[in-house]
Amino acid sequence: MKASIPARANSFDEALARERCRRYRRRILDISQQVSALHIGSAYSCTEIVDCMYHALIRNNANGSPRDTFLMSKGHGCMIQYVILEELGILSRADLDAYCTPNGRLGVHPDYGSPGIVAATGSLGHGLSMACGMALAEKGRKTGNVIYTVLSDGEVQEGSTWEAVMMASSLRCDNLVAAVDNNDFQSLGRTSETHPSFYPLLDKFRAFGWEAVEVDGHDSRAIFEAVTEREGSRPFMLVAKTTKGKGVSYMENVPIWHYRSPNKDEYSRAVEELEAAR
Amino acid sequence: MRNTFSEVLYQEASRNPDIYIVVADISPAGSMSKFSMQYPERFINVGVAEQSMIGICAGLALKGCRPFAYTIATFSLYRPFEMVRDDLCYQNLPVTVVGMGAGVIYSTLGGTHHTMEDIAIAGAIPNMQIVAPCDPAECTEATRWCAQQKNGPVYLRIGKAGEPDLTRGADPWVFGKLRYLRRGADVCILTYGVITKMAMALADRLAARGKSVSVVSVHTVKPLDCEGIIAALSGHRHVIVIEEHVPQGGLAPQTKQIAWDIHAECRLDTFTLQDHFIHNYGSHDDLLAAHGLSIAKIAQRIGLD
Ligand SMILES: Cc1ncc(C[n+]2csc(CCOP(=O)(O)OP(=O)(O)O)c2C)c(N)n1
Ligand SMILES: [Mg+2]
Repeated sequence: MKASIPARANSFDEALARERCRRYRRRILDISQQVSALHIGSAYSCTEIVDCMYHALIRNNANGSPRDTFLMSKGHGCMIQYVILEELGILSRADLDAYCTPNGRLGVHPDYGSPGIVAATGSLGHGLSMACGMALAEKGRKTGNVIYTVLSDGEVQEGSTWEAVMMASSLRCDNLVAAVDNNDFQSLGRTSETHPSFYPLLDKFRAFGWEAVEVDGHDSRAIFEAVTEREGSRPFMLVAKTTKGKGVSYMENVPIWHYRSPNKDEYSRAVEELEAAR
Repeated sequence: MRNTFSEVLYQEASRNPDIYIVVADISPAGSMSKFSMQYPERFINVGVAEQSMIGICAGLALKGCRPFAYTIATFSLYRPFEMVRDDLCYQNLPVTVVGMGAGVIYSTLGGTHHTMEDIAIAGAIPNMQIVAPCDPAECTEATRWCAQQKNGPVYLRIGKAGEPDLTRGADPWVFGKLRYLRRGADVCILTYGVITKMAMALADRLAARGKSVSVVSVHTVKPLDCEGIIAALSGHRHVIVIEEHVPQGGLAPQTKQIAWDIHAECRLDTFTLQDHFIHNYGSHDDLLAAHGLSIAKIAQRIGLD
């Protein structure tokens, strides 16, 4: 049974997705030059996941407003959401230019009340329960609308995440689609070294009654297909194998890029790499 | 301050094998790497799991160890609140909960990272003690005291990095006692924590206008030095409280209560964060100013300009 989720588009254009993601990484890189810190590695890690949700999975109403909901549970990665919302015209260029300044309305974490932001996150481990509540509300109204959310692997360590994992499947939230940005890094290092018992991850979600699939989190088509081809009678978890800092070689798997902004020289090298990927 | 904290904790840990630090995927820089290299079995990173951080500290303390829990203030106090209350305070265990970057220091990170109510929240729990140093030197004293005290739980509210030295030449630091950073006869500014820097600058402004000004670090916010506050209220014509905390439950209302109880005759002005969430970004000073805490605004309100 392919449940409530008709694919929005029946064809998925990989080349377009690749170009969008390259463009988003470049835009984030440019914004990094306005501030000393912006969690660039965290945004690059989930670029393909968030892009796929916004551009290929979320369905719109006839008037163009989104039917389905996107909630950034790993709030600190929201730069990728901001640049997508900018391209969609929901946030303005002026909004992003004033990022983190007294004149602006956007900060390091998504704030409820900002255009396109459905919930305030930034403290980890809140998003999955809120997404579960939203999914429940949509079910209650029989809308068929889907809630999409992205968690970080560090966030999955929070007890509250597991409380939501248990509840979402007990409540049969078949309209909840979550992804874990499984990049093996958190603030203090490599998760597989510091917390080996965190793995295997896929089995843990399955044991709680979720439909769970593992994919390469930088393969847009694989993400799209895993979600659209889900069986769909239970909440769905995409365990996405990712690389923190993906797209800029010196940032990949290097913990300082969790937070830091590149300096001038590092910026130029990153621009070269992103342009060469055209 | 956080580097000072880790250096002092490292020193204490080399003297006392019962000292542990339990962090939740956030660690102080500087000497903490020395700590974790030399005493890996006493440096525990629970991951992003603050409730477990507090529970593990409680367990360690129940077996006689002296643990410190450490992360960003919102996550060390708010997230695991009931573990702090039941496991630490109810059982009265000598655990130090370090709240790093309290107040609105995380000025671009938004409301989820602002710690505006921690004094009220920690202070409301029986047995909890609160220490909030104003500069690195005071942080040294406070950290050492936390490592050695046996009374019970402490909430140690510290800043982040780059705080200037404010206590050179001041009276010695004594737990539970007000500390005069400078002494004057007309105006007394009561304050604690990182915002003490603003209090010192205000004192300079007042002094330039011919006022003789005291600045007091109320580093021990609980138990509050009531005798000391009474002496300050009685010994100055004008008392000003400046704190980076919401108006309820902090130093400002407690000072007012004491002033009422003793029929104080001085003028009393209080300056705090506002009782609402602001959705502003910018520097730490920008955020404080958005809450009405700036030298200019305070000077205006007390009729200095
Ligand atoms: C409850 C909570 N605890 C701590 C933090 C501080 N913090 C921000 S990001 C982060 C960990 C980053 O690693 P991960 O969660 O895996 O995210 P990613 O690798 O995707 O950046 C931490 C501990 C937080 N935001 N919320
Ligand atoms: Mg991670």
